[in-house]
Formats: sequence, C-alpha cells, structure tokens
Amino acid sequence: MGERRIGDVVLALERISLAFGGVKALTDISFDVREHEVRAIIGPNGAGKSSMLNVINGVYRPQQGTITYRGAPRHGMDPHAAAALGIARTFQNIALFRGMTVLDNVMTGRNLKIRTNFLEHAIWWGRARREELDNRRKVEEVIDFLEIQHIRKTPVGRLPYGLQKRVELARALAAEPELLLLDEPMAGMNVEEKQDMCRFVLDVNEQYGTTIVLIEHDMGVVMDISDRVVVLDYGRKIGDGTPDEVRGSQAVIDAYLGVTH
Amino acid sequence: MLYREAGQFKATYAADQQIFPIRQDRIVMIALVVFMFAVVPAVADQYWLSAVLIPVLIFALATIGLNILTGYAGQLSLGTAAFMAVGAFAAYNLDLRVPGIPLPVVLALAGVFAAGVGAVFGLPSLRIKGFYLAVATLAAQFFIVWALVKFSWFSNDSSSGVITAQKMHLFGKVLDTPAQKYLITLAVVVLLALAAKNLMRSSTGRAFMAVRDMDVAAAVIGIPLMRTKLLAFAISSFYCGVAGALYAYAYLGTVEPEGFTLDLSFRILFMVIIGGMGSILGSFLGAAFIVLVPIGLNVSTQWLNGVLQSMLHWSLPGSLTSNLELMVFGGLIIFFLAVEPHGLARLWQIGKEKLRLWPFPH
Repeated sequence: MGERRIGDVVLALERISLAFGGVKALTDISFDVREHEVRAIIGPNGAGKSSMLNVINGVYRPQQGTITYRGAPRHGMDPHAAAALGIARTFQNIALFRGMTVLDNVMTGRNLKIRTNFLEHAIWWGRARREELDNRRKVEEVIDFLEIQHIRKTPVGRLPYGLQKRVELARALAAEPELLLLDEPMAGMNVEEKQDMCRFVLDVNEQYGTTIVLIEHDMGVVMDISDRVVVLDYGRKIGDGTPDEVRGSQAVIDAYLGVTH
Repeated sequence: MLYREAGQFKATYAADQQIFPIRQDRIVMIALVVFMFAVVPAVADQYWLSAVLIPVLIFALATIGLNILTGYAGQLSLGTAAFMAVGAFAAYNLDLRVPGIPLPVVLALAGVFAAGVGAVFGLPSLRIKGFYLAVATLAAQFFIVWALVKFSWFSNDSSSGVITAQKMHLFGKVLDTPAQKYLITLAVVVLLALAAKNLMRSSTGRAFMAVRDMDVAAAVIGIPLMRTKLLAFAISSFYCGVAGALYAYAYLGTVEPEGFTLDLSFRILFMVIIGGMGSILGSFLGAAFIVLVPIGLNVSTQWLNGVLQSMLHWSLPGSLTSNLELMVFGGLIIFFLAVEPHGLARLWQIGKEKLRLWPFPH
C-alpha cells in the first residue's frame, strides 16, 4: 500500500444527540474524520450507525450537538447542502432509481454539476448538448473504474444485488465527492463480491483521495481496510481508535458478546 | 430491409445519445414525418383531417403533458382538462384583447399561463403523494371550471361561458381549411414532442425520474425536490395548455368550460396508461388508440349491419350496436392492459427486440 497522506480533520461531530420521540437513537456522540482516511463505524444491530450517517448528510437533524465540516460549524445539515458541499453516500438497502438504466442512474449523480436550464435542455443544442456530453465522458470514467461497462444500458431493476450495490457506488462517485459515506457496502455479498468491493473502496480512497466513512458488519473487512474505527452500542460511543486498539477494548468485546449491563 | 443494428458502430457519445440510435428507426421516423407533412394534407379528405387526425394530434400533445407529470415525474394528476381549459381561454383572451398578436405567441403564452396555474395547483405535491395528490388536483379540476363560468370576463361576457375561437392567422394568411388547421397542429405537436423528448433525456428528465423512483435518494444526490416537482407541474401544464388552445382553435372552434370536465381528464389519463407511462411514443399510441378504436368499431358494426341486412334482411337494433361498441372498446382496453400492463409503447419495444433477432428465437 502506497504512502497514505492522511491530513487534518475535515469533519468533526461534537456531542450529537438524536431522539425519535422517546427513543434515543444517538446520545452525546463525538468523533472526527481526517482528510483521506477510511473511517469505519461499527456496532451491533440497532446501535445507531445508520442514524449517524443520516445526521452527517442531513437526512436527520440532531436535537443537540454541532457538525463541523471544513471549518464551518452547524447544528444540522440538509441533504441538498451536504451534496453541494461534496458529501455523497450509498444506502444500506439500495436506493437506486429502479426504472432507469445504469447509465441514467450514474448520470443523476452529476446533477449538481449541471449549469444549463431546462429550456436549453428542450432545445438540446449548443451549451446544453456540450454539457451533456462532458458529463457523459466523466460518467464513463466512473463506469470504467467500477467495471460495469457491460451493463450500462440495462435497467437497474434487472441487475443482481451485488451489481446494484456497485451501481450505487458509481452514482455516488459520479458526483466527484470529497467525503463518501458508505452504509454497509458489502452486506449480503459473497466472498468474491466483497473482495471486489473492498478493492474499489481502497482504489477510490487512493486514486481520488476521497475521504470515506463506512458502516460494515464484516469485522475482517473493517479491520483490513479502515484507518480508524468508531464503535457504537445502544446509541453511545464505546470505542474509538485504530483497528488494533478497538479489537483489544473490553467494552467492545462485551458489546459484541452480549454481556449484561 | 432487415431490422438490424449490426455494423452500426457508435464512435462518439453524441452518436450513442441520439433519439433513434438505430439507423432504420431514423429512416422510418423521417419518412413518417415527411409523409404526414407532405402527403397527408393532399390526399386525406375533410373527415379524416378534422375528425380523426387533428384530435389524435391534440390529444397526443395533452397526453405528452400528463405523461411528463405522471409517467416521468411520478405525480398523479386529475386536473389535465382544467389546464387545457386555462390554455383555451388564455388564447381566446389574448387574441381578443391584444390586437395583432401573432399565433405562435398566442399558443406559447397560452401554455405559459397554464404552466403558472399548474405550478400553483402542484403545490400540494410538496407534502402529499399518490392517490392523495390525485384527489388534491381534483381541486384544480373543479375550481378552474367553476371560475371560468363564474367570472364572465374570461368568456367576454358570453352566455354560459361559451367562447368561439377567432380565426387563426399566420403570416397574414387566414388558416381556415381543414388542411391548414391540420398542418399548424402537426407542426406544433412535432416541435413540442421533440422538445419533450429532449427534456426527458437530459438532466431535467433524469431529475424527474429520480424523484419518481425514490425521492429520498434524489434529495441526497442534490436534486431539489420542491423545484423539481413544481417544474414538472409547470412543464406538464404548459403542454396541456397548448393542447387546450389547439383544441379550441384547430379542432372544435367553439368551447365552453363545461367541455373540460373530469371526464376529459380521465380520458387523457387512460391514453397515458394505455400508451405507456414514461414514453413519448406511447403518448401518440395511446391517443391514437382511444380516438381511433371507437371509430373503427363504429365503421365495422355498420359494415356488419350492412351484411346482415343483405343476407338475412335483419339488422341489429340501434341501441344494441352503440352499446356493443362500448363493450368491445372496454374489452379491448382490458385485453391490452392484461397482455402488457406497461402499455402499447412497451409492446412496440418488445416487438422491435424480437424483430432484431428474427428469424432466430434468441
């Protein structure tokens, strides 16, 4: 593995608390993410991992706490602002646009780069046409990168699960994100698909320098590819550090083995 | 010539993103458009032009409008006829109150007025979806028709809101023969259908489809939901408005608000469903099906009656034949939807895929 140039903190979460009515999903959680690193969030089911990602990109708004992204503190993101700031994500249970082809799905990832308006689109000439073709070129680079050339004209609804996950990653990458949030990118995959996906995640991280926050259940994967790991349990942070530190922590072992509290 | 794409290699993305990437399709489409413009007006009689082709084209335009909203952007609407009424009455008032306004401007502004009204009645879509939204758009249907009757200014104080469309002028010429009305309708419909196709294959259309398929994911990608939904309502209503203006000016000549009822909205919704949701071609097929099949059935029952008359000296009673036509029509709709729930456009596409492989099974 080449020289990894992990930089300063780009995203800092401070004392985040999120509740749905009386149910506390997240309680007083703080951690940070450094530039170019692969940061994993792990924890048993219902620990609040997905809620954490939803807070980062503004699908949920926490009741307390601040999110500081690139030096700008705020109480909550909104999804559009997050996307405009270069945060892209994938979802735990695939959120592709099922009626559209792979190519169209990935093209939607470039929506924020569009500068022409709908009247120019209707005429499909000059600037609008050039922009469309430029975006197509960028999208084809992502399609090449993720090796999905052969399915680009297939409607995503017809693809097997593993490929759909890859298309969703392609759509996120098409936005050229600085921070990529991956919600269980390898869930439900067989060993080969997992290996492919690991390779893509690491390649994205190395070639584009994209900072990655991922949730994953497969401990082998997490320990192999991440630089630092946050462990959540019942909405609280119980561990934070390098994979080796986390592996040795008694609190983490207890959470996974189910010691009574 | 065989329907094959073998040997047609795409060397550029521009070539790959054409509307008709297969050469045979392009040739057929161009030939069809040339035929519709050059041959049809010369050979078709008045009945075919005024009672068949013009309504098919106008309904196809309204169907494209509803298809953009429902088929592409996934927002159900039952206000189509009302938005057509806005277009018709806007065109009438523009022509009446702005002296010397050219026809293309009248049509465009009629669409723009309808687009504005459509965007306002699209506001509920920001909070509600599906059937509930359809019920909310019923408000547009009832409110607009009521307002056009209630405020007689819209119909220049005519009794019961009936308006008689002015004669159409283009470049100093009066367009009053069926062939001229057909040509202007055809020109508008072809132009707007092309624009719709362009819109739907650009990022605007992809944003619509993204909102349709999964709105949370669309928002996370950075597609503004509010703007996208209102734009879908506006563009859709623009098409309905232009269709409404043509409905009054090129087809009926005399219209009243009560002509734009919920019934008409449903008719256009059927055209969308039978033609195929999310397909511009399907909009034409759906409109043609709903307009042409009853005519075809009428002609064939008359022919059947003639045969019965000459052979048995007995014919079907009139009340039976008209009901029989409705029953067969309904049966055909159910049959086509059972065969292909995604509409005629999908049937057409499957046929083309089979033809590409013919005579091999796969």
